Amino acid sequence: MTSNGTTYLLTDVRPLGGDPVDVRIDGESIGAIGTRGSLAAEGAHVVAGAGRVLLPGLVDLHTHLREPGREDAETVATGSAAAALGGFTAVHAMANTEPVADTAGVVEQVWHLGQQAGLVDVFPVGAVTVGLRGERLAELGAMADSTAGVRVFSDDGRCVSDAVLMRRALEYVKAFDGVIAQHSQEPRLTADAQMNEGELSGRLGLRGWPAVAEEAIIARDVLLADHVGSRLHVCHVSTAGSVEIIRWAKSRGIAVTAEVTPHHLLLTEDLATSYDPVFKVNPPLRRPADVAAVREALADGTIDIVATDHAPHPVEDKECEWNVAAFGMLGLEQALAVVIETMVAPGLLDWAGVADRLSSAPARIGRRTGHGTPVEVGQPANLVLVDPWARRPVDPAASASRSRNNPYAGRDLPAPVVATFLRGRPTVLDGALCAPAGPRP
Amino acid sequence: MNRHLLSAADLSHEDAVLVLDTARELAAVTGRAVKKLPTLRGRTVVNLFFEDSTRTRISFEAAAKRLSADVINFSAKGSSVSKGESLKDTALTLQAMGADAVVIRHSASGAPHRLAHSGWISAAVVNAGDGTHEHPTQALLDAYTMREHLAGGAGDLSGRRVTIVGDVLHSRVARSNVLLLHTLGAEVTLVAPPTLLPVGVETWPCEVSYDLDAPLPKSDALMMLRVQRERMDAAYFPSEREYARRYGLDARRAALLPDHAVVMHPGPMNRGMEITAEVADGPRSVIVEQVTNGVSIRMAVLYLLLGGAEPA
Repeated sequence: MTSNGTTYLLTDVRPLGGDPVDVRIDGESIGAIGTRGSLAAEGAHVVAGAGRVLLPGLVDLHTHLREPGREDAETVATGSAAAALGGFTAVHAMANTEPVADTAGVVEQVWHLGQQAGLVDVFPVGAVTVGLRGERLAELGAMADSTAGVRVFSDDGRCVSDAVLMRRALEYVKAFDGVIAQHSQEPRLTADAQMNEGELSGRLGLRGWPAVAEEAIIARDVLLADHVGSRLHVCHVSTAGSVEIIRWAKSRGIAVTAEVTPHHLLLTEDLATSYDPVFKVNPPLRRPADVAAVREALADGTIDIVATDHAPHPVEDKECEWNVAAFGMLGLEQALAVVIETMVAPGLLDWAGVADRLSSAPARIGRRTGHGTPVEVGQPANLVLVDPWARRPVDPAASASRSRNNPYAGRDLPAPVVATFLRGRPTVLDGALCAPAGPRP
Repeated sequence: MNRHLLSAADLSHEDAVLVLDTARELAAVTGRAVKKLPTLRGRTVVNLFFEDSTRTRISFEAAAKRLSADVINFSAKGSSVSKGESLKDTALTLQAMGADAVVIRHSASGAPHRLAHSGWISAAVVNAGDGTHEHPTQALLDAYTMREHLAGGAGDLSGRRVTIVGDVLHSRVARSNVLLLHTLGAEVTLVAPPTLLPVGVETWPCEVSYDLDAPLPKSDALMMLRVQRERMDAAYFPSEREYARRYGLDARRAALLPDHAVVMHPGPMNRGMEITAEVADGPRSVIVEQVTNGVSIRMAVLYLLLGGAEPA
């Protein structure tokens, strides 16, 4: 299926929630934008927008696609399908695969798998240290210079806890405008930690994960970034204290960006009362006050983006005792729904804000110029058509992901994604995947 | 009564007193030459122990057998439980075998909750100690022992002062005791170094003290918790000797207690660490009695959970 020469006409759509217009896609780009009825429909596939919202295709800076190594949990193809259904046109695949994405060879493999699947652009994240072991730097330059053109480096899942190594990494990636995405978790303060440390962890007898374990690393890292003049990105901010530190750092002009996950925007620690490991995640779900703080920070720009931390796990790694269960939850397919529920509906963020936090800002942090572009003539036709009113209970079995660890199961949430276009080609139409999930099984 | 006993918080005041009263009636059986009642004949009780605890297992085993239940001991320690999926597989096996009650001991907090609420099994689930969470039958037997000595073996523990000393952070016994003793009207004081108290302990229904001597003259019961020596390797306290000096019960401290006060310990004891041999074997000690009462309490719990609606 080629996109060249195929024309789509999206009628009665509201770019970024603005006035309704018709948008014509010619080939890979936006060919024309005009008032309703002003663009010729002949020869075009018409997609009736019915007043729905048109956004630039979403960009996820933090996705676990598990391939290579854990194809029982997810593959690049199945994760790409979940991403397209969630309205994404680009995802950044985290490095904690088996083997670890710490060489040019592995990142190029992931890059090519993404191209083969063809549903979203898969941008590999390179590991900061060899094997994620936190001992010595991986060949960051080779990954940057590879076909994959890596710009985001992270040991996500583990913290680069050694202060000297973190300093060197921050300095080194300046040579190719890279960014270190830090998983902020002081390892000694969180040995065997299971959930947010507080009154509830004491009552449930689950080992506590103090907020300070996150905040202490963020504080150190923003000071290091300031000292060496480098870009720092803070993964999955989960506490009110972290927000305060980042706000302070930004006020000082430090080049720090930050993300929050959909689940930290919506879910709270009390879900651990069920001892159901579907709610076990790293960093852990926190208190309602933390949820309020990260929402406010996302609204005022202290937190720059929403990133899913989509973390698929096979059933057996979750259908067990809490202590031995894997950390992580799915996120790609419900990310926009959660943002609508927690940010748009309460009036904390308008549609332009959504486009910024889920598309243009993450593309900018990842230095991906072909994504997160404005909905304007001549720009790449990476688009998502959003129905702000549709709702339905989340059914994990309906997911395109290979895994089912969906923390929103049964929750009534928005079901916003109507259509997704990747460079002019529809990957989702009428809420359903419309392209084969690539040549791989 | 709830269908399961997972937490001491599952017990209302009425439930708790009913368990204690039932245990007292059943204790009479233990004194007889033939220690057996036909109450649970034909019912199957499984002791599912994922963690070694010979004393708790034999206590439940004796309790079930004295009620004429068929008892199956299932020790999963050492089998492939490291990934945890065998909790489900084991549950499905027990379900297929027709277990009426499952007594579960597990190193993971919440494992009994998972077993009871996952839909894998229809049996009544009794928590026999899960991780650092709870151990409700231990709290019941402790309350029973206190009630015998301090309240004439009837009613509740209103106004009695109980001091619990030691590693509260890692203690399932302390959690269950605070909840149950509060339900029964007792006033509880926890004593520990600050490192061995959980974050949020100030929200628990009890007092907290870093000093052991102060609450002793007003304590009706003093419960010493086991403190593992390994804790000092993780910097919870500097040394065994310092712990014993500041938080151990020796003869000098025991002398600060009122004359009627009892000394308790859930066992197994570290003699010389949290308690000296002199006090453990002394006249105030009711530690051996706790073990005896454990059987009666577990008989009462099994009896009440397995549908013994009428008095024994």
